[in-house]
Amino acid sequence: MSNRRPYVRSMDGWWKRDPYFIRYMAREVTAVFVAAYAVLLLVGLVRLGQGEAAFNGWLQYLKTPWMLVFHLIVLAVFCYHTWSWFNIMPKTMPIMFVGGKRVQPGAITGTGLAASVIACLAVLFIVRGMS
Amino acid sequence: MADTEKIIEIQVLRYRPEQDKEPVLQSYKVPFTDDMSVLQGLQYIKDYLDETVSFRWSCRMAICGSCGMMIDGKPKLSCKTFLREYYPQGLRVEALAHMPIERDLIVSVEDFVTKLESIKPYIIPKEPRTLEQGEYLQTPQQRDMYEQFSSCINCMLCYAACPQYGLNPKFTGPGVLALLHRYNADSRDGGQAERLGLGYADEGFWGCTAVGYCSEVCPKGVDPANAINQNKMNSAINYFTRFVTPGGADK
Repeated sequence: MSNRRPYVRSMDGWWKRDPYFIRYMAREVTAVFVAAYAVLLLVGLVRLGQGEAAFNGWLQYLKTPWMLVFHLIVLAVFCYHTWSWFNIMPKTMPIMFVGGKRVQPGAITGTGLAASVIACLAVLFIVRGMS
Repeated sequence: MADTEKIIEIQVLRYRPEQDKEPVLQSYKVPFTDDMSVLQGLQYIKDYLDETVSFRWSCRMAICGSCGMMIDGKPKLSCKTFLREYYPQGLRVEALAHMPIERDLIVSVEDFVTKLESIKPYIIPKEPRTLEQGEYLQTPQQRDMYEQFSSCINCMLCYAACPQYGLNPKFTGPGVLALLHRYNADSRDGGQAERLGLGYADEGFWGCTAVGYCSEVCPKGVDPANAINQNKMNSAINYFTRFVTPGGADK
């Protein structure tokens, strides 16, 4: 008779086991904030469709202290979201060569981060130019 | 100065299926020198303190892939990890996470080996060639497309690092998917169609959520997360184009 009795360990609380997993879960959670902010912007679009008064009411609501605090939190979360996803981006791309040399992961992450900073600045300038 | 002998505490997660209901930690005091690996610490235990402690090892130089274990919670090769890094606080060694423990530090590798066989981990020649026709030629760049993925030594550290595998053992897992990509990315290979069905299945590339820890713990720089995730794009294209290509939906 075999004495084999393989023991399977529990996965309960697995994400607390290693700081790497905690950072991964933090990255995943940021997506919830992105979705929440998308809903907020969609509400703005609906209010815009309802006329000027409704839209201005939505704009006023954004200026309430709670919404300002919400925006600060969202800004911090978005920064982590941007960094963490561009950080994993080299893993999602095929091996690329430029001038016969392999493109290094740091270059891919750096290009992504630079592109997002430039895009943010461009949006800021456009909005400032319009207002 | 000659190495003076120091003593380090090694806690070993013991599991003897004939007597233990569940794994228990057992502590050993091991004299060591700065050049001693964790594996040598375990060998000291087996030789001088407790012959019943079981663990796998072979080459002692990070190429056989036998001696992987959790060292203070991280998947590492015990031959490539030094006791001095854990002095004076001591260390805890456990069997590789996410795999069933057979005994002490030995895990069951059946699941891994079955999956490895399933992806046909060998070159299936694109075109049959006779000896007279010579070797299959390849440019350095064509070689670079797969070379890092070919460094895998089947040590399974990446499986112990992958929570998706721990949560769902049906997931093919990082190491085997990296090897699947290693052969598919080889310009001499013609077996892509035979392997990609496994890759595109739910348990294949899409079981990965880009945690990325597999690539972090790999002792050979294979980067399984890259091998897996670069295939998701092709898989998505394959999924959608089969609906628009004549006869594609039957594939």
